[in-house]
Amino acid sequence: MYRIAKTDIPSLLAAIAAKGDLYLPVNTAGKTNFDAWSEDANVDLDTLKTVRSGKDIFFPQSENLYSCNRTDGKLSVTAAELEDKDFVVFGMKACDVRGLAVLDQVFLSDPVDSYYAARREHGTIVSLACSKPDTSCFCHAFGIDCANPEGDVATWFAGEYLYWLPKTEKGEALTAAVSSLLESTDEKAVEEAKASIRAIQEKLPLKDLSLDGWGAEAAKTKFDSPLWEQLYKPCLACGTCTFVCPTCQCYDIKDYNTGSGVQRLRCWDSCMYSDFTMMAHGNNRTSQMQRFRQRFMHKLAYFPANNGGMFSCVGCGRCVDKCPTHLNIVKVIKAFEKEGK
Amino acid sequence: MQELIHRAKSLLESGEVVRVLGWRKGENDWDVEPAFFATTEDLEANFIYNGFCGANLSKYMIEASKLDGKTLVFLKPCDSYSFNQLIKEHRINREKAYIIGVGCKGKLKIENIDAEGILSVDGAGYPDCSETLTVHTLYGDKEIAYKDAMLERCHVCKGKEHKIYDELLGDSIDTCDADRFAEIAKIEAMSPEEKFAFFQAELSKCIRCNACRNVCPACSCRKCVFDSTKFDSAQKANTTSFEEKMFHIIRAFHVAGRCTDCGECSRVCPQGIPLHLFNRKFIKDINSLYGEYQAGADIDAAAPLTSFRADDAEPGVGRG
Amino acid sequence: MPVTENWKPKIVAFCCNWCSYAGADLAGSSRLAYPADVKIIKVPCSCRVNPMFILRAFEKGADGVIMCGCHPGDCHYSTGNYYARRRMTLLFSMLDYLGVENGRTRVEWVSAAEGVKFSETMNSFVEKVRSLGPSVRLGDLRCKN
Repeated sequence: MYRIAKTDIPSLLAAIAAKGDLYLPVNTAGKTNFDAWSEDANVDLDTLKTVRSGKDIFFPQSENLYSCNRTDGKLSVTAAELEDKDFVVFGMKACDVRGLAVLDQVFLSDPVDSYYAARREHGTIVSLACSKPDTSCFCHAFGIDCANPEGDVATWFAGEYLYWLPKTEKGEALTAAVSSLLESTDEKAVEEAKASIRAIQEKLPLKDLSLDGWGAEAAKTKFDSPLWEQLYKPCLACGTCTFVCPTCQCYDIKDYNTGSGVQRLRCWDSCMYSDFTMMAHGNNRTSQMQRFRQRFMHKLAYFPANNGGMFSCVGCGRCVDKCPTHLNIVKVIKAFEKEGK
Repeated sequence: MQELIHRAKSLLESGEVVRVLGWRKGENDWDVEPAFFATTEDLEANFIYNGFCGANLSKYMIEASKLDGKTLVFLKPCDSYSFNQLIKEHRINREKAYIIGVGCKGKLKIENIDAEGILSVDGAGYPDCSETLTVHTLYGDKEIAYKDAMLERCHVCKGKEHKIYDELLGDSIDTCDADRFAEIAKIEAMSPEEKFAFFQAELSKCIRCNACRNVCPACSCRKCVFDSTKFDSAQKANTTSFEEKMFHIIRAFHVAGRCTDCGECSRVCPQGIPLHLFNRKFIKDINSLYGEYQAGADIDAAAPLTSFRADDAEPGVGRG
Repeated sequence: MPVTENWKPKIVAFCCNWCSYAGADLAGSSRLAYPADVKIIKVPCSCRVNPMFILRAFEKGADGVIMCGCHPGDCHYSTGNYYARRRMTLLFSMLDYLGVENGRTRVEWVSAAEGVKFSETMNSFVEKVRSLGPSVRLGDLRCKN
């Protein structure tokens, strides 16, 4: 266990950034999102939840896969280069780190997604424990401990210090690179911080949220429930829930005409959109109810069915906070629980 | 609130209306949902009307107009402008609606309460709201002025008058305490570089979730141009900053002269982009160039972009 | 793109079929010069120009966009250009508001008899845009490859 005074964090960040790219929560025009570090970036490590999760560093909202260009009548195809430089993501919360484990199931299983795999290989994650969990948090329902986050290095704020614990080889390497700024210390302060976080967890309104009845079997029992018809009604069919979610991984491929060529882009898609999985014959989900159901069934039934019981929700509560009409996964889970179905 | 439930129940029981469009209780005081109620039991158990019922229900009437029978809809004073505008555009059927003009004392936004771990908010009820909200949080109690938690649009309230209704229930307060165009004028006074930097910072946050478009009562096209598969910078691929600009300019332009300034776009933006700054710029220009116009105030008034005068200003007016 | 002595701006001109395009024709047949970098897009009426056309032109790499139509009162369809005038007034005002250099957009009414005006308008507009340099604020970087 190491520590560094809070006042020295800017030098720590500068030292990390000197070795390679550093991404961390930055406040731009009043909202905090993960962004690249710079001298004058407004770094914000106090905000509990960035609007977008850290997933876009590994799986960007839009990325170029390859470009076709026509010059002097000749066509050339250039594949986008894979990430080949090490970078650090600082300040990811326990839920977001687990979110990457969900994405790994999708992108690192055969056939491996080389773009994602390259970023995972070169990225070192410094996680940060949640000092002040919020009302909308329910990560513990998925076995996540926000007092003890996973990652290559875990960190905690306690008193006037940031505590630093390397957990993996990558984490050890990063620690060695910035060791001149860190001092060794014992676990006492961190144990106290953990205890205080866990005391708050006990008071969270969603602490008893139960996932009983969900999982692989739910596909059979819940698909035809009349509840969906009631639950979806206020849905605006926007993509807010999808785009703030740390685990949503559906994407679309779009071709963009640059005038002298074409760029093939991979971009986030949302099952809430009417053109989601649109094919030549049309769309296989024709109503908003079906699209709404897809989102929750995917997270709580289909994904666990295909991934050894792992849910594709980490309880970060972003959709709970951000849905324009206040629909969310918690309301869906509770509605089914109430009906006993 | 009991008054509203009572009245809705009797209209439902008498068969005058077959469903009620209102707001449904959530898990907390603030996460209310727009909702249809079909039974008196459902109304009794789940209907709510409080300071967090900011959602404008007008747009849901487009779907409700296609259903059999009348729908009872609750409209706040500012919502009634949107409803009128939708009638003008033949998107909703007046005959299918029974409108209760419900009182409003300013609506709140939970994000405007600067506190972490909010458990409950006292004082946000209706009609008995208090000047000070008491916020109970995981980390202690806190007091905040009602006004400080209000939506931006309530600070430029259009007044407590309903523009359309069948009956009125409850009192309203005109919560206007700011100049509607002050922010616009402030931006207009900036240098081009400052303007560009300001909008660049705001729009760089955009995640193209389309919440602003989908919530907008004026955005009622069956197929949006930004959802067209033939449009090659389609909504989803926003690798450069231009597409956000294009989207937001066109979004605002398409509703120019029809936007009632209901403020729903700014309310729902997950990234807190002040989208009303686009719409209100058009409104300000329309007012100064073509005469005062408030969309939704008068169904019969000629709309500014579908009318003209021979001596209209030339494009580029006011440029140095 | 670096601005050099020889840099030539890309200009898109939307011209209505009845007046301005005929004006351009007259400029041509009268051998009046205007820069070859002006690409004319013929539209049935200035009213056909959707604000999106203007933005798309910038997106695809234009450095300046000009719209020409019949003089107010002379529209082949009686009133089309009056509506177009209001739209462009609002759009240009919005672009100014967003901090786009305001010399990059212009509307000019050119009749079929005004070959001279067409040529002068294009020359002065090209000069104006040249002085502003390449459009960055409304361009899509991908189109510059």
